[in-house]
Formats: sequence, C-alpha cells, structure tokens
Amino acid sequence: MDLAYGAEYEAFREEVKRFVSENKDKSPRQSGTGRPSDDQRKWQDLLIKNGYAARTIPSEYGGYGAEPDILKSRIIAEEFTRASLPLGLASQGVSMLVPTLLELGTDEQKKQWIEPTIRGEVVWCQGYSEPGSGSDLASLQTKATEDGDDFIINGQKIWTSTAQVSDMIFCLVRTEPDARKHEGISYLIFSMDTPGIEVRPLMTMTGYAEFNEVFFTDVRVPKNQIVAERGQGWFVANATLKHERGMLGDPNQAGTRLAAIIDLMHEETVSGERLIDNPLFRDRLVQLQARVAAMQFHGMRLLTASAKKEDPGIARLVVKLMGCELNHQLAALAIDALGELGVLYERSPHLRAGGRWQRSYMFDLGLIIGGGTAQIQKNIISERGLGMPREPKPARKEGAA
Amino acid sequence: MEFALSEEQRMLQDTVGRFLADASELDIVRKSAEAHEAFSKTIWTGFAELGVAGILIPEEHGGLGLGMLEAALMSEMTGRHVAPIPFVGTAVMAPLALTLAGSDEQKAAWLPRLASGDIVAGVAVTETISARDGAGVSSQGDALSGSALFVIDGPGADLFIVADKEGALFLVEASATGLERIDLTTIDLTRPVSELRFENVSAERLPNGSPAVVQQMIDAGRTMIAADTLGAGQMMIEKAVDYAKERKQFGRVIGSFQAVKHLCAEMAAELEPCRSLVWYAAYAQDAIPEEGALMSCHAKAHLSEVGRFVARTSTEVHGGMGFTDLVGLHYWFKRIGLDRQLLGGPERVREEAARLQGWAA
Repeated sequence: MDLAYGAEYEAFREEVKRFVSENKDKSPRQSGTGRPSDDQRKWQDLLIKNGYAARTIPSEYGGYGAEPDILKSRIIAEEFTRASLPLGLASQGVSMLVPTLLELGTDEQKKQWIEPTIRGEVVWCQGYSEPGSGSDLASLQTKATEDGDDFIINGQKIWTSTAQVSDMIFCLVRTEPDARKHEGISYLIFSMDTPGIEVRPLMTMTGYAEFNEVFFTDVRVPKNQIVAERGQGWFVANATLKHERGMLGDPNQAGTRLAAIIDLMHEETVSGERLIDNPLFRDRLVQLQARVAAMQFHGMRLLTASAKKEDPGIARLVVKLMGCELNHQLAALAIDALGELGVLYERSPHLRAGGRWQRSYMFDLGLIIGGGTAQIQKNIISERGLGMPREPKPARKEGAA
Repeated sequence: MEFALSEEQRMLQDTVGRFLADASELDIVRKSAEAHEAFSKTIWTGFAELGVAGILIPEEHGGLGLGMLEAALMSEMTGRHVAPIPFVGTAVMAPLALTLAGSDEQKAAWLPRLASGDIVAGVAVTETISARDGAGVSSQGDALSGSALFVIDGPGADLFIVADKEGALFLVEASATGLERIDLTTIDLTRPVSELRFENVSAERLPNGSPAVVQQMIDAGRTMIAADTLGAGQMMIEKAVDYAKERKQFGRVIGSFQAVKHLCAEMAAELEPCRSLVWYAAYAQDAIPEEGALMSCHAKAHLSEVGRFVARTSTEVHGGMGFTDLVGLHYWFKRIGLDRQLLGGPERVREEAARLQGWAA
C-alpha cells in the first residue's frame, strides 16, 4: 500500500492544475441536446491539443498519441472534477465506437471516422437493443439482406440515446439468418440520413425522452460499411461492451452526490430542525458514507490492478451492480430527507435542485436495468466470478428451430 | 499509487492462512468450543511460533514490528478459520496500549512475553463506549474498584489492560488480590469474554495513558474485528458456493438455479468492496492517522451489516443442513454475530462517526 502518487505523477498533477486554472474561463456550457455545441467543440480541441482528451488515440487519427497511463487519466479526471470543469467528450462515439475501430476497423475506417468523432464533429448512436432482444441481445432480429453491393436493412432498435441528433449509427444486424444466433450478426456503420430511417423519441418515467426508438424500412447500406467480418458482429460488440460497463457505477459520481447530500442536510430544516440533527437521517447518511468510501477504495484497488495489468477477478465484476445501486440509494436518501419537498417536480414552487434528486432516482433505476440488468450482473458474478453452473437450457420441443 | 497488498504481505497472509487451515480445522474448533476452553493452547502456540503474536510489537521487544494492515490480514485469517485464539486483545489492543502509554520498564517486562505468546492479555475498555448493568471502573490513586464487562480475551488471561472511567490505563495481573474474573458465555464459543470485578485492586498505571490512547486502542480493535468478519464472511460464501455446486434437487445441482446463484452473487458483491474498505481502514491507522478513527467506524459498522447479511444468506443457501450442528456453519454465523456487538454495534459506531465529523453533539 502506498497511496502517494510519487514525484513523476505529482509533477503531472501540477501541470494539469496549471492548465485548469489558466483555462477555467474557457469552460463551455453543456448543450443539453447530446450534440456538442461550438463552445464544447472548441473546448474539446483545446483538451486534445494538451493531452486531456483523446489522450491515447494515435496522433495520425487526430488524438494526442500518449502511451496509456491509467494513473495520469485518473489525475486528469480528479483535477477537472475538483474544479467542476467538464472533461473531454464521453459520447457513445468516443467511448465505444472509437475503441472498436482502433481494435478492429480497417485503416480506411480509422482514418475516416476517428478524428471527426473525437473532435465532436460526427455524433454517433448505438443500435444494439431491440424490443424483443434486451438481456438476450444476441437474439436480435433486425435483418440485413443482400442486394448487389448493398445490404437492405429492416427492423427496429430501442434505447437509442441521442439518435435524434446523431449523424451516424453503429448497429448490430442479422446478416446470416441460418447461422447460430451469436454467429449470424454483423456490425455495420451508416449514416442516420439514409432514406428509410425513422427516429421516435421514447419518453421515460422521468418525463424526459432520454432515449429513442429507431425504425428501419428498406435502408440501403453499402456492404463495405462493415466492421470486421460478416457474422463477427457479436464479438465486435462484446469487445467494447466492457467499456460501457466500466463507465456505469463510477464511484466518483457517488462521492460527488454524497457531498451534495451532506450540504443539503446541513442547509435544509424541518420545523426549525436541521436534517443533519435528525438521528434517523444522520444514521442513513453515515451508512451510505461507508458504502461510498468502500466503493472509492475499491476503485483504487481496481485502478492499481489495471496499472499492473493484473486481473482483479470478481472484484471488477461487482462494480456495475453495486455502484448503480449505491447511486440510487443516495438519491433516495436525498428525497426522503427533503420529505414533501422531495416529491416536487417540473417547475414547481419550492422545488429543490431543479428536481434532480427525483430525476436521478428514476434515471438510476434505468441504469440498474440498462447496460446489463442487475439480474444479468448477478449471473455474471456467480458464473464467471464464483464458477457456478449456468442455468440449463430448456429441452427443445420437437419441430422447434 | 498502489492500493494493493505487497508480495510480503500476501505471503505472510498465505502462511498464516495455511497454518490455520490445518491447525484450526472444524473438528478441532468444535472440541475447543464444546469444552468451553478459554482458548486453544495448541493453536495459539503454533500461531505464536510463526511470530505473529508479536506482529505489532517492535523488534527491540521481540516482535515483528509490522503495521495495522498486516495485523488486519492476520485477523482476517483468524475469522476465516474461526480460530479460538486471543488475537484482538492480546496481539493488537494490549501491545498498542503498552507501546503508546507504557513506561520503558513496563514495555520491557511485558512486550517480549506477549510477542512470544507466553502470556495472554485481556482488554477491558468496553465501558468507555457503553456501560451496561452498572459496570465501570474507578481509580483511586492506583487502586481500582468497580467492574468491567465484555473483557476481550479475558478468559485465560495472565494480565489485564484496564481503562477507568476517566480514560486512564492500568495494568493488572490476573493474580492480583481483590480481582475476580467471571467468564461470560456468548453465542460464539470460539472467543469467550469475561467480566472483571475489582475490589480495591492495586494496579500499575501506564504513565502515558489517556482517553486518546484508549480511543486508538478501540480504533485498532474495531478494525481488527471488521477484518475478522471479512474473513468469516468470505469463508461462508465459499462454503455456500461449494455446497450449491454439490447438492442436487429436482435432478440438478442447486447452484444452477438462479434463485440460489443470485444469493451467492449478492453475498460476493457486498463483501468484495468490504475488503477494500478494511485494507484502507487498517492502513489509515498507521499512515493517515487523521482518518483512523472515522475509517475504523466505517469498517466496523459496514462489515457488521454485510456480515449479518452474508451469515444468514449462506445459512439459507445450505438449506436445512446450514441449520444443523453437524455442518458447523454456525461457528461462523456466531463469530460474525459477536463481532457485530463487540466494541459497539453499528448504530452506536455510526453515531460516533457522525460525532467525529461534527454532525452530532
């Protein structure tokens, strides 16, 4: 155990701090649409130039071209968060498509897509889930049939965030209907302007349309817009899904949220009594504080394992499940502490924090379900982490496919 | 930045773990418990021969001179193997009291004998946290009166470290005139505790004893108890998983039913971050003293909650067998049950955590 970062990293931290204090005023406002504003793109360019975004993307593709160093990435995140400055873009294009192309794309695909994506000029959405294919994603039915040099795509995707503002989609489609389900999928990339695509906003329980449904009717896509080989799409997607699960359940978010609740409980009063002076709420607060601490230290342990290229085993598998649940519980405490004020919403008089505790509480439930439900996470933990047997497949009925 | 155990720490934990896996096998634990032994002399002697009774004691006094993290790794192993040995009081809290507050003569007289495992030290500090049934020790000069409950490692102790109501610390030999020891039977027969009654017992004051030192002893003790629960909980998960992979019902192993698998996954998901918390809390005792008290509270309280969940869930995964004496799973269940209450249950400890942060009076 040595929690000091050491001289090299402390020097790097000073560098980041200097950048942060010198450029604070250039910090952009969030556009709120999912599409980066001009300000955000300028900020992104500045971050890339200085190595604080697209840090490990090779410079030939428009990145900064540094060697991966997880501790430096962590220091950047810490210092930006401390100063409440937005980090580089973390859209699905940047977080999921770019790593996929770097690993499996052709040189031409890399040259064409990576730079505009990391600069925020091209926005992507992800076409994975379907109404009939959620946890059992590999059963997806959107089909692509051959027609000369093109595929013709028909079907429907759901849970497609930012689809209404996206230029492009990376999409899983079934190209080999006779192959076994995991082996019949291909990973295609195509323009959202292609004729035959319809986007319908999907209003959720939060009252906002954080997602969309996307319908494909005879959408024509050139066959060369495939990543990796035909039938390899499942393995392409899995290579990057792990990046998504790594993003969900981030303990730093829990830390920020806890700090906000501590403030709230000091500021808000009920019949003249501060919430922090109520022993029941205080007890819940301290319970969650211990959980947040445990998840933060757990994150440090995983970070160390990554830096040493060690497999942390089951320790990594529990993060999505525990982190998302913790965030949900934090929002629940804030709501309960606020009591009647905690159920105010929209633009009601007396509303606190813009209604974000209720919105988080509801949206977090979406995150507990999305990105691999809690139940799927428990399957993964028990099967891969504890070596327990898989649920046996039901016996096939005669005549069934 | 490295948040991990060193190679040496892993090896030390492995060595002691392997020793206890043999020496503290269930049938040996059971014999010791059923005989209501103060502790198992065989296991304790072997443990001390590995040097780890003196894990915290400075080398000049015959110990290993290691830190709280190493001690927590040992405590985890004693919990894992429900070892009926006096670790928390004798190897952690008493040496800490002597090192921080004892005179040179007291250190020279007692630390080497603690390090070698030749003597056992009971620790009487519970009343500084919560006094029950009128207990509490008063001092007049160097004479003690009153009583102390839940004395850790009390049965079989040769020596007691006693805190009075003002937070002064005293050393009392078991043979002292006017001292009566009454052993208390808890659910956990692997670590009995005692009541001490003092009638004008002449004691030896630790010259630098203070409420701050008592607090440090309690912080260390809580961290060790949290680690004990971590080890016991880990073993209960492994036992549940092993059992679920073997036991068949409806023509298949029960571990292939999601209803059972998910219980196992929940236990593992709750316990794994606890390991990170215990490491940090133990490390903080030495390296980040300003966080030591708060982190020991968090570790103690959180491990108590997760421990309770794991203890009952593992028992349920074992079905009816988990409830029998035959399988012996209850030794772990009860160990975790005692851990939860010793040196303050989770509600009390969380209130203390709130006070430490200025959130409560």
